[in-house]
Parts: sequence; structure tokens; C-alpha cells
Amino acid sequence: MSDFFFNLPVIVQGFLKGLAVICVIFPIAGICSMAERKIAAWIQDRPGPNRAIVPWIAWIPFFGTFLQRLGLFHVMADGGKMLFKEDSLPGHVKKFYFVLAPILAMIPALTTVTVVPFGAYLGATGQIVPLGLAPLDIGILAVFAVASLGVYSLILAGWASNSKYPFLGSVRASAQLISYELAMTLSVIPVFLWINAPGREATLGFARVVEFQSQAGFWGGTWFGFLMPVSAFIFLVALFAETNRTPFDTIESEADLVGSFHTEYGAFKWGLFFVAEYSHMIVGSAVFILLFFGGWNPLPWVPLATAVGWLHHLTGWAFTVHPLFVGVCSIAILLVKVLGMLFLFMWVRWTVPRFRYDQVMKLGWQRLLPLAIANLIFYALAIAFLQK
Amino acid sequence: MAVIPVARQPLTFAERTYVPQILGGLRTTFRHLVRKKTTLEYPEQRPAIPPGYRGVPTLVKDPNGREKCVSCQLCEFVCPPKAIRITPGGIPAEAPTAHVEKAPLAFEINMLRCIYCGLCQEVCPEEAIFLQNQYSLSGYTRAELVHDKQKLYELGGTLPDQHFKWDRKKAAAGRGNAH
Repeated sequence: MSDFFFNLPVIVQGFLKGLAVICVIFPIAGICSMAERKIAAWIQDRPGPNRAIVPWIAWIPFFGTFLQRLGLFHVMADGGKMLFKEDSLPGHVKKFYFVLAPILAMIPALTTVTVVPFGAYLGATGQIVPLGLAPLDIGILAVFAVASLGVYSLILAGWASNSKYPFLGSVRASAQLISYELAMTLSVIPVFLWINAPGREATLGFARVVEFQSQAGFWGGTWFGFLMPVSAFIFLVALFAETNRTPFDTIESEADLVGSFHTEYGAFKWGLFFVAEYSHMIVGSAVFILLFFGGWNPLPWVPLATAVGWLHHLTGWAFTVHPLFVGVCSIAILLVKVLGMLFLFMWVRWTVPRFRYDQVMKLGWQRLLPLAIANLIFYALAIAFLQK
Repeated sequence: MAVIPVARQPLTFAERTYVPQILGGLRTTFRHLVRKKTTLEYPEQRPAIPPGYRGVPTLVKDPNGREKCVSCQLCEFVCPPKAIRITPGGIPAEAPTAHVEKAPLAFEINMLRCIYCGLCQEVCPEEAIFLQNQYSLSGYTRAELVHDKQKLYELGGTLPDQHFKWDRKKAAAGRGNAH
């Protein structure tokens, strides 16, 4: 079967792989909206949405009730409502750009997925072969370049809405994204300084970063999150700001800006903005994990290859070393870590109150940026000293 | 009142980084996340009604099944929103309860007007009207929410008191000392 797949034209292969990835990202984004509601409820000592059920699933004795209590069918109810309600187009908006903005929001959100490797298998000689749609040699640059485009959709939405609050919100969005982009970019440079060496190839790709974290030995297996905690911290904070999540969601600020850029949006167009936000979160979390928390390696100092070796040794089953099994394992490990990150996003959302806009700016420019620069200088000197 | 000046403590470095505070907050919210939920899931789980609760006003019967109301109309007069309307009527002479003299021909409580104040219960000399435990009342029409006598007794049921005021009165009158 795999031979059949690899004999297909490259374009068809890419198309199928892209479809597969979309089939994973979209449900996760949908379930995220429910997870958000459930976690909000649990933190506030409520059970959360737990009523909707499809009749023939209600007939399953315990499992049906469990799914119902989990609120899984509210996702479908919400989605159905979003699809079937009237998609209103206010009279005062600039129609073309108003419709264009949510579509533009989806483009960078889904484009960044292509360059992020989400798993790996071991080649014939034991080398790591990353799985991904289009693993670029300059992965991190591509992510930064494309993810920043996301702000255009917000600006466009704010401007096309042709009313005050959306416009103010989109101005905030652009200012905030630019501020935190700097700190974010500077915070990952130490990682790439560390793994780079003259004459190596693809050293800006994510696969190389994970490969570096899967080496044998104590220093080889250390995840960069432990080696460079300040970098990881700055990246994480900037990631919260880039994805417009609390405590940096002054952009949405339903209290003072009535929801900001999506004030005038409704129905599916509004939904697209949120799918885009969740996709950003998913990709951002994946990038964070690849860079700082070992990617598809299950535990620190236990790379994927070792773990698979142990499994093979313990069970003796031949299929545990088959590339397909290893690949699925690695994807599952990364996915679990990403879901953990998404939980962190939601957990923080219901813990930390929203920063005021001037505090967001101050934190970005006066705290994180100098810290990122100092961090970069420190690691540059340390690496120069160590690798001399 | 003494004024105690409290010096504002400068924030420590750890506090100014926000990080320990945020971690503490995360711990608190996580405790809530795993804690038992306090929500009462209403239609399935009902709240415990405390004694003395003032629910929907009802009419009650005594253990012999006699309606206790004697249509004195005190509740009608005391009712602040004028929700009660009573049409007094007699009791046929051949009825076993003929000694009670009067009973309501019609008794209506307009639940759209009722404010659940309980004055009717307080004023009733016969302990015939009670605000009981029912707290959720709804209807599709206005007419449906004007409770007539039948509905009021349906809601009220029987009060298991042992007064038998009118029976004792009758017995006493039989012995020749009515008061």
C-alpha cells in the first residue's frame, strides 16, 4: 500500500497529505472551542455544557452518557448553528474586504502547518526522517514570515468593518503583534546558534532542532527548554501575545471594544476567525514544542529511537520497529504535547487577568525585548566560549 | 478613629516579574479545576426547600376531606395585589358538614398578580390557605394561571392537623355549651 502511495504523482501525494492534515487540524480546532468552555466551567466549579446528545448514541449504556457529559455534541450543535444562521452583511461595511478578511485569516494559519514537521520515522540506517507536508530547510524563518501575515486579516477586518471599535482593535492588534514578534524572534536565535555549525545543511529547519535534542548522552538529550529556560519563557509569553490569548487579548477586549475586529462579524465568517486563532495556537504550540521541548521525543533524555527500542525489546513484536508504527507513535507523542500546550493556554486564560493595553506595550518593549537581547548576548558569548 | 498609616511595601524583584504570582494563580485555578462541582443540575436535581418557604398559595382540606375555607374573605381583603377573588356560598342543609355554615362557591387566585407575600396564610383564621413548596409555576395562557378552586385543592392536598374545630363546635353545641 505504501508503494502505491509513493508511486502516485507528487502533486496527488501532497494533496492527500494536505487533506489528512486538515482533517486533523479542523476537528482539533473545533474541539478546542468546546475544551475552552469545559475548562472555563471546571475552573469556575461548574460542570459546563453537558446536555446535547444524539439519540442513537444515548442508547449506548455508559459511553453515551460519558460523551454527553463531556459536551462533545455541543460542538456539533454549535457548528450547525454557525452554519445555518443568517450570515448577515451590515450595510455600512466595505463588502469585498469584509468578506475577504476571514478568508485571509485562514491562509497564514493553515500555511504555517506545511513547514512544521509533526513526526518522524527511522530510516534504513537509523537516521531520523521527518514527516511533514513540506519540511523546509528554513522552517523557522518560514513560520515567522507567514505567521506574521495573520495580522493583515485583523487589520483588514477592522478597517472593512467601517466602525470605530473594530478599527481601534485592529490598530491594537497590529501594534501588539509587531512588538512581540521582535522578542519572539530574538528568543529563538540562541537555539539556532547552538545547533549550527559551518557547512551543515538545513540548520534552520525544525527537524534539525529535534534531531539535536535526540542525541545520546546527557547534554545531547537535554531539551532546549532546560538548557535555555529564559528563551523558552520569552518565546512562550510572545506566543501568548501572538495568538491573542489572555492575558494579551486586549485586542478582543469585549469590555471596552465590544469584541473589536469581529464586532461586525457573525455566523461562519466569525467562526473562521476563531478556527484561525485555534490553528495559530496549534501551530504555535507545535513550534514551541519542537524548539524547546523535544518535539516527538517522549521524555527528556529518552529519544524516540531509544523508546521504540525499549518497546521492541520488551514486547519482542516486530512491527514496533516498522517505520509506519514509529511514525504514528511520533505523531501521537507530538499531538499529546500540543494538546497539553493547548490546555496550558486555556488554563492561563482563566487564571491571569487581561493586561491593560499600555501594560502590554510596556511589557513587550521595556521588559521582554531587553531580556531577549540580553539572553541572546549571553548565549552567544557562552556558545562562542564553549565551541572555541 | 485612629488612623494607621500603612507604608506601601515596594515590590520585590520576584513579584515584579509576575512569575511566582502567576504560578500561584495557576495552582489555585487547578485546584478548582479538579474540585467537586457545586452546580445543582436543576430539572434532575431539585433544591432542598427550607421550612417556612413561601411557594404557590394553595387551599387545604382537613383529614376528613372537608374543605377548610369558610369564605370569610379575610384573605381577599388583606391581599396586597388583589390576587384573590372569593364568591361565598352556603352549604346545603343535608350535607354532613352543614354545621360549618359557609364554604366558597368559587375561589380564584390570580397567579399573575400574586406576590407570594404570605399575608393570606397569616390572616386565615381557619388555617385553610397555605403557601407550600411549589416554586416553579408556568402556563401557556393567562387564563391557565388563574387558579380556580379545584386547582387550588389539587395543589394543596390535605393538612394532617387534628383541630377538627367545627366538629368539636358541633359536639359542644349538642352538649348545650356552644361557646
